[in-house]
Amino acid sequence: MTTTHQPATPFEMGGIGHSVRRKEDDRFIQGAGRYLDDIQLPGMLHMAILRSPIAHGRILSIDTSEAEATDGVVAVVTGEMLAAHGLAWMPTLSGDTQAVLATDKVRYQGQEVAAVIATDPYVARDALSGIFVDYEELPAITSPQQALEPGAVLIRDEKEGQTDNVAYTWEAGDKAATDEAFAKADLVVTLDTHYPRSHPAPLETCGVVADVNPATGEATIYLTSQAPHAHRTLFAIVAGLPEEKIRVVSPDIGGGFGNKVPIYPGYVVATAASLLIGKPVKWVESRSENLISTGFARDFHMHGELALTADGRILGLRASILSDQGAFYADAQPTRFRAGLFHICTGSYDFGAAHVTAKGAFTNKAPGGVAYRCSFRVTEASYLIERLVQNAAYELGMDPAEFRLKNFIRPEQFPYLSPTGFVYDSGDYHTALRKAMEMIDYEGWRRRQQEPHPEGKLIGIGIASFTEVVGAGNSRTYDIAGLKMIDSAELRIHPTGKAILKLGVKSQGQGHETTFAQIVAEELGIPFEDVKVQEGDTDNTPYGLGTYASRSTPVAGAATAVVARQIREKARKLAAHLLEASPDDLEWEPGRFFVRGVPDKGVTIQEVAFAAYTNFPEGMEAGLEGVHYYDPPNMTYPFGSYIVVVEVDPEDGTWKVLDMVAVDDCGVRINPMIVEGQITGGLTEGFAKANMQWITFDENGNCIGSNFLDYLVPTAWEAPRFRLGETVTPSPHHPIGAKGVGESATVGSPAAYVNAVIDALWSKGVRNIDMPVLPHRVWGALNGVEVAP
Amino acid sequence: MYPPAFEYAAPESVEEALDRLAEVGDEGRILAGGQSLIPMMKLRLAAPAHLIDINEIAELAYIREVNGHLAIGALTRHADVVRSEVVAGGCATMASAAPWVADPLVRNRGTVCGSVAHCDPEGDWNSVMLAVGAEVVARSKQGERVIPISEFVVDFFTNSLRPGEMVTELRVPRDDDRSGGAYLKLERKIGDYATVGVAAHLRLDEQGRIARAGLALTSVGPINLKVTEAEEMMVGQEPGDELFAEAAQIAARTCEPTSDVRGPAEYKRSVVAAYTRRAFGRALAGARGET
Ligand SMILES: Cc1cc2nc3c(=O)[nH]c(=O)nc-3n(C[C@H](O)[C@H](O)[C@H](O)COP(=O)(O)OP(=O)(O)OC[C@H]3O[C@@H](n4cnc5c(N)ncnc54)[C@H](O)[C@@H]3O)c2cc1C
Repeated sequence: MTTTHQPATPFEMGGIGHSVRRKEDDRFIQGAGRYLDDIQLPGMLHMAILRSPIAHGRILSIDTSEAEATDGVVAVVTGEMLAAHGLAWMPTLSGDTQAVLATDKVRYQGQEVAAVIATDPYVARDALSGIFVDYEELPAITSPQQALEPGAVLIRDEKEGQTDNVAYTWEAGDKAATDEAFAKADLVVTLDTHYPRSHPAPLETCGVVADVNPATGEATIYLTSQAPHAHRTLFAIVAGLPEEKIRVVSPDIGGGFGNKVPIYPGYVVATAASLLIGKPVKWVESRSENLISTGFARDFHMHGELALTADGRILGLRASILSDQGAFYADAQPTRFRAGLFHICTGSYDFGAAHVTAKGAFTNKAPGGVAYRCSFRVTEASYLIERLVQNAAYELGMDPAEFRLKNFIRPEQFPYLSPTGFVYDSGDYHTALRKAMEMIDYEGWRRRQQEPHPEGKLIGIGIASFTEVVGAGNSRTYDIAGLKMIDSAELRIHPTGKAILKLGVKSQGQGHETTFAQIVAEELGIPFEDVKVQEGDTDNTPYGLGTYASRSTPVAGAATAVVARQIREKARKLAAHLLEASPDDLEWEPGRFFVRGVPDKGVTIQEVAFAAYTNFPEGMEAGLEGVHYYDPPNMTYPFGSYIVVVEVDPEDGTWKVLDMVAVDDCGVRINPMIVEGQITGGLTEGFAKANMQWITFDENGNCIGSNFLDYLVPTAWEAPRFRLGETVTPSPHHPIGAKGVGESATVGSPAAYVNAVIDALWSKGVRNIDMPVLPHRVWGALNGVEVAP
Repeated sequence: MYPPAFEYAAPESVEEALDRLAEVGDEGRILAGGQSLIPMMKLRLAAPAHLIDINEIAELAYIREVNGHLAIGALTRHADVVRSEVVAGGCATMASAAPWVADPLVRNRGTVCGSVAHCDPEGDWNSVMLAVGAEVVARSKQGERVIPISEFVVDFFTNSLRPGEMVTELRVPRDDDRSGGAYLKLERKIGDYATVGVAAHLRLDEQGRIARAGLALTSVGPINLKVTEAEEMMVGQEPGDELFAEAAQIAARTCEPTSDVRGPAEYKRSVVAAYTRRAFGRALAGARGET
């Protein structure tokens, strides 16, 4: 069902549906945010990390004496020293172990080998050149295919029982049913594609200020963290510190995109150093360190097959993936799902059978596998099915829009059980696609495409009709490192009717301080300006798993709505007391209770709040506050249809976007302006992936992409102009019907761009170009020239 | 990112800068816009012991027309060139290149002379200067000399300045009304160095034949490459698609691209050919007053 949301509150109150300005921006645009690197503590020392210059090698010796003798150097930390405290290795979020500082071997270029602690950040860096490491170089493995070759050098030789370079294997779906579907097919369309390694590259790099009090043993750890509570627990487990003595504070965060979900070696070393030295230690990565060593994303080699009938119906999907995990298996993902939620790869289409197999390989590259602006490998899944669907349409001689409309899950089929076991909550894919087609004038572009171009350019039109799965968990199915994927909200109404909302999630730029205040405004009628949203300090907020995978609104947003409703029920009793009426006789309008039939006889929520501390009835507990832990009954399934028109120059292989429309359905939109901001950012990041952005390695495992001259980030200059549209299909199980939107556009858009380029080149015999669709790759495809990479 | 330690001076006159340069010898570096030098220092690829910052020498910021050439001072920023009427009317190749150099932020700081002095084969300006036949004015405490650009650009990141010398000015021949030029650049995004850059310059004689042709290439050799063979071949010829295609073939054949993340050598040659044709097409339109 498609509806449009009419705000129930006046604009000044700022409930759901109002594009009020972001409260947090006052401080951000005035340069008054407080980021990690702004933190200065008395006596604070600075840390710099020595990293491996090579991709694979045995450490023969480390000589730190010259560095130690440098003026201003307080200590030099090596893996040997950490080993003495049991801290040389740490667990990853996928159950593997990862070196904190290398003791035996280095396994990727940029791996942490030693750290200098000094009185000054310049001195710390200068002293790195006084550490001498002798390496015996080993062959570097730079692709998962190479890793799995018989006789390939064993990367994880330290791991008991590990005899090859396989990191994991996994499968989902029904093999027999899928084989059966393929046996019935008139046509099978296949696609092999690599979703390249990329990096979230947030504007603010990662860092820590570890402040361990030598007397009390209390550790305050300021951290660029998307998940401060989970990090506190992991710190307790890794470092063996009592959890009540650890306080993680995540200050303002300058972008995360999944990059700030893992715990990095630098955090552990700085904390250990602070513990041993008894002074605060700050470590902030440089840009190159961030790009070369922290959580990468994607890097999936995918093979897909669609079984089709001659009249254009999909019968089944086979997908197999080979993932490049780097040296440690460190994906931040729910425990049960070894390849994240990749099995959402049946997408928006209704067919009976699917089978997915996945294998991960260790290589001599940085670990990570973070969900860069996507819910655990959903981007890769969406890309595969949307590319396959377009190629299938062409092979069948059908228009790709018509093919999609024919195979979409129909609105009346929701809730829809997918062949890999997801229960899609709600959707109306036909309406979204038709709306996008209308907005861009799809038929018109198809006609123009046929007309000869004066400069010989080629026009292409690409569609992606994605479905995401976001908002983990429920707790039955989803946990990370054993921690169930719930989230929480604590709401306190002050006597003057103002409020503080404390959450276990953590904004990195998404606008939580506004959006969540708007949910309170909607439910309690307290103006959003009067609701302070507090996040990031584990001593001061209830437990939660953090912000990633578009889960804040689906989970913490739901918790907020529920706790606000609980408070409203108590407020009703207080109002009844004040009005000398029965609670059942009271009506609620935003911000006010009144006696049914006597609209003049009422009390505002502010008056009720005052009474909660000044005039509460006997037998009632004072105060007006509550906390709720929300365990979502299901995930939410945002969807949308994007259409891109491109113009390709066949001579130099460049392509540019002539028009793009994005129709998103994320359920009810709390702040439409913030939603559109999220979508615009995501479309830009999707464009980056499709057009220019990747991290590559040479045959020796040297990382190419360790700075912004090699790792390209689009600016307003090259980002296409987007036109946005919406449909609203509320989530039936979410208290306010919202689905989460932080990642839709990053997930959905890459395939739309690539489909457009392939559409332009299809008549020239081009069937696929991997991302990024760089000019030389287009040129190579058109001229039949193999281009590597 | 943290550069190694250095001494810093900010002289207020050229004389003072030259004194300082003489004093510190090989250990000193001129700091102009800092858009190449500072990143190299932060990446610890360069570690000069002394920086001589010329940004306080206001007298070096100018674009003037003198005696049939444009004089560009050592503090003239890329952005000044983008906005300059003198350049727009006096050197079509420069005017065409200016908006393609780096990004708007870098253009506000980076200087043309700094870029020329830097001799980065991926820098755009030296191709322009080679195509139009510019000259570099160098000064030291011993005096001033004028160096033709083709003798100034010596090698990969190497110019022919002598110890104690700095660049004070660039002299660019002024286009007459039968001249035209263009710079075409293939880049992956704004602020990216060229995958391929082509600078073309044409002057026609009274009969409409080619009196002078200039052609130079960016990012396809160890230095910016002047394609002398094509330039000489074109002189005296009737301009047009056929001739430009021939020049394009020479350019593609003589350039020395390497295969890298920006594409295989074969691809770059192909773009050199296409852009040479296109650039001369635009230069011709300009020379004939058709733009
Ligand atoms: C993000 C980014 C993108 C860029 N993209 C491009 C691009 O697309 N195309 C392009 O051409 N360039 C590009 N650049 C480089 C930019 O154009 C620089 O401005 C230019 O290369 C150097 O000029 P500068 O004034 O900044 O010189 P500096 O960095 O100050 O100096 C560079 C070198 O020249 C020397 N030098 C400077 N001035 C003099 C002088 N008067 N006499 C003697 N020696 C001198 C210095 O000692 C130093 O060795 C880019 C730079 C950045 C940071």
